[in-house]
Amino acid sequence: MADRTLTVSIAQAGPIPLDVAFTCAPGEVLAIFGPSGSGKTTILRTIAGLYAPREARVKAGPETWLDTSAGLAVPPHRRAVGFVFQEYALFPHLTALGNVVTALGHRPRRTRRQRAEELLRLVHLSEQSNRRPAALSGGERQRVALARALAREPAVLILDEPFAAVDRAVRRRVQDEIDELRGSLDIPLVLVTHDFDDVVRLATHLLILRDGRAVATGALQDLTSRPDLVWLRDAIGLGSVFEATVTRALVSRGLVELAFDGGTLLAPNRSLLVDATVRVRVPAREIILATEAPTGLSLHNVLSASVSAMHSAPDADHVVVQLLVGGVRLLAEITKDAVVQLGIVEGTRLYALIKSVSLEVRAAQPTVVKARA
Amino acid sequence: MDWQALNVSLWLGVGTIVVLLPFGVWVGHLLAVREFRGKGLIEALVAVPLVLPPTVLGFYLLITFGARSPLGAAFENLVGHALAFSFPGLLLASAIANIPFVVQPIQRGFEAVPVDVREAAACCGLTPWQRFMRIEVPLAWPGIVTGAILTFAHTLGEFGVVLMVGGNIPGETRTLSIAIYDRMQAFDDRSAGLMAAVLLAVAIAALSTITILGRRVGVRRG
Repeated sequence: MADRTLTVSIAQAGPIPLDVAFTCAPGEVLAIFGPSGSGKTTILRTIAGLYAPREARVKAGPETWLDTSAGLAVPPHRRAVGFVFQEYALFPHLTALGNVVTALGHRPRRTRRQRAEELLRLVHLSEQSNRRPAALSGGERQRVALARALAREPAVLILDEPFAAVDRAVRRRVQDEIDELRGSLDIPLVLVTHDFDDVVRLATHLLILRDGRAVATGALQDLTSRPDLVWLRDAIGLGSVFEATVTRALVSRGLVELAFDGGTLLAPNRSLLVDATVRVRVPAREIILATEAPTGLSLHNVLSASVSAMHSAPDADHVVVQLLVGGVRLLAEITKDAVVQLGIVEGTRLYALIKSVSLEVRAAQPTVVKARA
Repeated sequence: MDWQALNVSLWLGVGTIVVLLPFGVWVGHLLAVREFRGKGLIEALVAVPLVLPPTVLGFYLLITFGARSPLGAAFENLVGHALAFSFPGLLLASAIANIPFVVQPIQRGFEAVPVDVREAAACCGLTPWQRFMRIEVPLAWPGIVTGAILTFAHTLGEFGVVLMVGGNIPGETRTLSIAIYDRMQAFDDRSAGLMAAVLLAVAIAALSTITILGRRVGVRRG
């Protein structure tokens, strides 16, 4: 099978300073996370060919779309990019169906309508296919934009702040839809967001962008369990994200049992079904460390762990401790004083205590782990 | 009522639209979507006929169309009669005098198409020409129609330029507005009044059409 990985490298000093290089393989969801004004959207626009930086290379599998050193720049309409714009950018004079048909120019004319109907069915919008964007709700518009982006049979799917303009309930639903698509599409998916909930929910990989520079890049669990990402701590708080499977639903107690590569956790939840895959985020500040297994606590989760790394800024009063629990790394944020009191050093064996209510659990499609080139 | 003059006026109005509209769409689109050096100067030049007294514009056009100018000489060689004081000359003059009336509304029309909608069209695989025909023109059409109506209405009412370049030749260059002046000079108030009323009706019809179009655009965007 031909390699269909997206490879991007951009370098320019101005007018928008950018210095990033990353890859995204089929089936992966790379979330570009950073504050507004950090250059996130410009990266997406460069991939699509809507922006031309001074020095850049964009390759989608075997095809080179942009190589400034060779003077090569494929225009946007010849790049197979599915782009979901922040404000959706639907064609206001066309119906939902017309919007999707417009992106089907590569198909024989008589098959376009049928294909567009299929795509609208995929995003659960068959009923609204003859409505114009003005007569659609925010969530419906977004799904039309998604169907239109998929219509091109893109080699790369790009989503620019896809949930910025919809309310929380709609956000959850569209997140589900994108997550479902991820499994079936098998193309690189690049997502820009400033909301970490999107990252926890959808991303398999993460690129943290600040002032146009990639602060860190890597797989979600690797990156969220790094103790040294000071910027991430200041922005949203540290917290390791990992995958788990629902093994038991303890309905009478309002809990579910989650198995992960390091043990089991109990989390309050009444809606998850057994065998469902979930993403769990454990906020670093919610972990209590103990040198002995405690008894007589209201606590559900006590995990045996060993300290694998520690990080503290010279002027800070806290220490970020990385814990190895089976195959999963967790982060715990404790005071310098506690480190001294407990005598914690790298390799110390101890217990991580986590209140079940502090676990952030999100339903998700399983991530297919693939070897990265 | 000078039916011949009404006829000349109508032909001049329609002719000006036919000649000017493609130019207006091209320039209006260019000014709306492209950034280039000298854009400000071109926008100023487009607006010049708005502020110049029609007699001044007519004066320069008359010199340009005269047999001693390269354009006038070339036309006379080709067609056999002078460009000045002829219907083709009048049509050309009318087209030039109407440039701002057609370019500016069309430019506004194209500017109103959101940038991300244009970009989305490119990301849908549409070529620049397909984008223009299928997305931009349909969205800018109220601006285009407004430009056409303004041009037509303004052509019907133009006096100074017509008098300078066209003179007052019945069936050739005597338009309704000239005929009104002509009738007034001859103390034929009834004819002048009737023709004035026709022009007034055309003006009201044109402006109300433009207003309705503007409202339709508002509804669709909302």
